[in-house]
Amino acid sequence: MSVFVIRRLLQSALVVLVMSLLVFVGVNVVGDPVEMLVNPEADQAEIARVVQSFGLDRPLYEQYGLFLLNAFKGNLGLSFVYGEPALKLIVQRIPATLELALAALLMAIMLGIPLGVFAGLRPDSKVSKTIMAGSILGFSLPTFWVGIMMIMVFAVMLGWLPSTGRGATVNVLGIDVSFLTWDGLAHLLMPALNLALFKISLVIRLSRAGTRETVLQDYIKFARAKGISNARVVLVHLLKNILIPVVTVIGLEFGGLIAFSVVTETVFAWPGMGKLIIDSIHSLDRPVVVAYLMIIVLVFVIINLVVDILYSILDPRVRLRDVKA
Amino acid sequence: MAGTGPTLRVEGLRTHFFTNDGIVKAVDDVSFAVDRGQTLGLVGESGCGKTVTGFSVLGLVDPPGRVTDGRILFNGEDLLTAGEERLRSLRGNRIAMIFQDPMMTLNPVLRIETQMVETVLAHQDVDRDTARQMARDAMGKVGIPSPDERLHAYPHQFSGGMRQRVAIAIAFINKPDLIIADEPTTALDVTIQGQILFEAQKLCRETGTALIWITHDLAVVAGLANHICVMYAGRIVEEGRLDDVLDWPIHPYTRGLLNSVPSQKKSGERLEQIPGMTPSPLNLPPGCAFKTRCPRADHVCDAEPELREAVPGRRIRCFHPHTQGTP
Repeated sequence: MSVFVIRRLLQSALVVLVMSLLVFVGVNVVGDPVEMLVNPEADQAEIARVVQSFGLDRPLYEQYGLFLLNAFKGNLGLSFVYGEPALKLIVQRIPATLELALAALLMAIMLGIPLGVFAGLRPDSKVSKTIMAGSILGFSLPTFWVGIMMIMVFAVMLGWLPSTGRGATVNVLGIDVSFLTWDGLAHLLMPALNLALFKISLVIRLSRAGTRETVLQDYIKFARAKGISNARVVLVHLLKNILIPVVTVIGLEFGGLIAFSVVTETVFAWPGMGKLIIDSIHSLDRPVVVAYLMIIVLVFVIINLVVDILYSILDPRVRLRDVKA
Repeated sequence: MAGTGPTLRVEGLRTHFFTNDGIVKAVDDVSFAVDRGQTLGLVGESGCGKTVTGFSVLGLVDPPGRVTDGRILFNGEDLLTAGEERLRSLRGNRIAMIFQDPMMTLNPVLRIETQMVETVLAHQDVDRDTARQMARDAMGKVGIPSPDERLHAYPHQFSGGMRQRVAIAIAFINKPDLIIADEPTTALDVTIQGQILFEAQKLCRETGTALIWITHDLAVVAGLANHICVMYAGRIVEEGRLDDVLDWPIHPYTRGLLNSVPSQKKSGERLEQIPGMTPSPLNLPPGCAFKTRCPRADHVCDAEPELREAVPGRRIRCFHPHTQGTP
């Protein structure tokens, strides 16, 4: 197991390094930040001074080397716009986005798996057909439109839920969280559901497909022939088998939840990373964009690692293959 | 438990599958009985309804299949009128089943221990440690070395033969009155087959368990059963004491089956085979289902033959049995 983890860690480090190069070069190809950095009336000498102070006059490989060196020290550069460390700007916004993504993930699991398993066990019932039709809607309706409709119905027409912001937050271990107050929960509910809608549909479809395949297996019939209760057949024998693909997809999609919460955060004015990155792209704030992308890469790499480890816990056969390898 | 009569008596069982293409009469008017300590061989080609018969007894026929008629008397209690909860309490407890493919019957993601212990806990009011002890004993009884270690293993760490031993251990763990073994040796090597047969036989003898051994392999039943039923297209075509049937098969189908076993022939001699193929269960010919392949068939066979006692102790379903002449 530890050999496996170490090997995966090394692979992960390589992925991060390659991604940093791609991101850095990619961002440098787009636009010229100098125009935005200096006063439009500044003279050549002034511009040259600013370019030099940000190190933009040096060759790209030197800039990249310097960036890497600083990155190892935890410094991803200063924001052109705010004049603050880019990393700090993003880290400040992480809790809000993370809270939203986790809430959405939780909804996807708590709603998606039971609904999917039910639809798989009783494929011909009306309820199952309704669930499956609903999941198609969840897949195909665009997130921003559903978000706006939700605001229309629940905030404007019914007035049940607030439409924007995080609401009252509570500080836990230096992090502001919304879910511990009623007001915060009310603010969290709609954006989280909006973000989760697609994932719920995905998990429903996966769970249903897995269930339909697994109930036909001999070991399910054998379990029933042993006379154990139906609840145990479903909750232990069936569920543990269908969880393998579900965990993979949920894990990978969690990275997506964080990275692409941009739309939901914009619709509901949720003060997270997604909103920051949109603003930074508009103003060509290179260090913030690079730092954001690096953090997202890290998040994906870490999630993949965790999924691999969870995998081997769920499926003993993966463990055996690893020992042999 | 103090029932009179045999452990299991099946009378006029009909299990039909209501598919979109029509009704498949997988089991059509099947009757047999098996008593304590006895072994019944249920023989036939694949698709003849042997397995569905087994599942019918356990109440595990999946839709679109349904038992439409008959009685299944287990220790005198009719299982077809029993509720689902009553059936659950009998399954794995009083009636156990062993499946055909040991690679598929154990859940790949659960430890052997979990799968054995849950079988005990579902039926007996004992604590986990006692259940574990019973699992260990059961593993020992089917000849699995170092059961303590093996209990913690997962199915994929076992060979096919070992897995089937585990399945047998699970079947025997609650000391059932009846075990239905559905071709348990088909998927195994010949050397392992012998061992598994021996283990199953030994356990049945020790515990007095009645055994229904479903197979297509006449050589397997020959060494095992007291009584055999030969099935064809959902029906029993010949039934009798094992030695009688093997020595002198009366039904043309049984005769064909026995003739197609190579061991009875001298080497080099051409094997006899039954011509044609099993008819599609959706489209059985009217009258005797075997008539299209039968060398003795004539216009009489267009009527449906009833199961009758052709010679004492032997019931067959045929108008032209081999009752006269040489065996």
